[in-house]
Amino acid sequence: MSLPTTPSATVGPYLSIGLTWEDGPYVVAPDTSGAIWLRGTVFDGNGDAVPDAMVETWQADPDGRFDHVDDPRGAVARPGFRGFGRAYTVDGGTWAVCTLKPGRLPDGEGGLQAPHVDVSVFARGLLDRVVTRIYFADEAAANAEDVVLRSLPDDAARQTLLATPTEDGYRLDIHLQGPRETVFFAV
Amino acid sequence: MTGTGPSRLLLPRYLPEDGAARTPVGFAGYKSTALRAPLHAPVELPQRLTEITGPVLGEGRVRPEDADLTRQHDGEPQGQRIIVHGRVLDSGGKPVPHTLVEVWQANAGGRYRHVVDNWPAPLDPNFTGLGRCLTDGEGRYEFTTIKPGAYPWGNHHNAWRPAHIHFSLFGTAFTQRLVTQMYFPDDPLFFQDPIFNAIPEAARHLAISRFDYERTEDNWALGFEWDIVLRGKDQTPFETSDDGDVA
Repeated sequence: MSLPTTPSATVGPYLSIGLTWEDGPYVVAPDTSGAIWLRGTVFDGNGDAVPDAMVETWQADPDGRFDHVDDPRGAVARPGFRGFGRAYTVDGGTWAVCTLKPGRLPDGEGGLQAPHVDVSVFARGLLDRVVTRIYFADEAAANAEDVVLRSLPDDAARQTLLATPTEDGYRLDIHLQGPRETVFFAV
Repeated sequence: MTGTGPSRLLLPRYLPEDGAARTPVGFAGYKSTALRAPLHAPVELPQRLTEITGPVLGEGRVRPEDADLTRQHDGEPQGQRIIVHGRVLDSGGKPVPHTLVEVWQANAGGRYRHVVDNWPAPLDPNFTGLGRCLTDGEGRYEFTTIKPGAYPWGNHHNAWRPAHIHFSLFGTAFTQRLVTQMYFPDDPLFFQDPIFNAIPEAARHLAISRFDYERTEDNWALGFEWDIVLRGKDQTPFETSDDGDVA
């Protein structure tokens, strides 16, 4: 039996009515040991900040584990850690998620993936989500071994996924278009 | 040691969608896509641990009354009361149980309770337009609400959005995430709506609910049925080995 999948549609300009959670940006509570803020601005093809986008994040915990039945290593819950973050771009087009830095995890091909966060971006003007990954610029050795980063054509492409350290975490801007268009993925 | 694990992982694999039936990210007739839809084709990302897992949400996030959008204020909202129900399935036909369904919509006059919606239709003090529920053990969901109105927007001259309800779904994996819109049967505004027409023609019917006389309640509410299908898992598990071969 195979059913056709339901087609996607844009989240539209009024997404905040339906998708606002007070605790959305908090993958962990801000007073959690090791908590960091991931921040960024979403830009359109004119280089203007996108003021009405939603950014969702999904990631492993600092030990590289997921609380999920399909993880063949077993589900591991970490109290207070949701793995999932949801944030909106607000004034100036910036989003922010409070989380823990993920650990490395197996790539299924005998190696280890570098710490990364899977990201979905939704906005008016996008008829489907666009998917990218956040990596961490201060993980050079791990990044050099990462099967996804290695598959990209050049450093300029890799650079669009590398978040840079800030005083309270990391920052990565997402460019929907333009000379620094972010590498987006088909999953 | 942190992060190490078996080098061979038995992972489920989510089947690709039929590309010819998928909504494109950008569509020329929908003006806002011009500066927002990425211009480069996406890079294929083989599904690994982060993609085949996903958040399990709902506990503490949904109250029973969240599924009735007509009971969220002191009075009842204006408009035609309706029941919208259906099942969340995967493409293998398996129900997706206990998964979060989030909906939002305009009021009966086609006005959203949102700061950037200021066209001259009235707000309804008794309608917020937000609903949430979890599917039951068989993947069923149900909302009671009012039928949303059509509304104008600036995309082209005399542009009107057909009546619709926004839906957001998670399934059980990052790969299954879906945000979409449900339409009503025989809407005369379909022909001029680029958001509806961006869906490839063969798949448009999948976005339209069915009038459901069986679920219509005498002296109370009209029924509409809409099943939502997320990507399903390949029945054969997907195994990768050290040399990258697929077992």
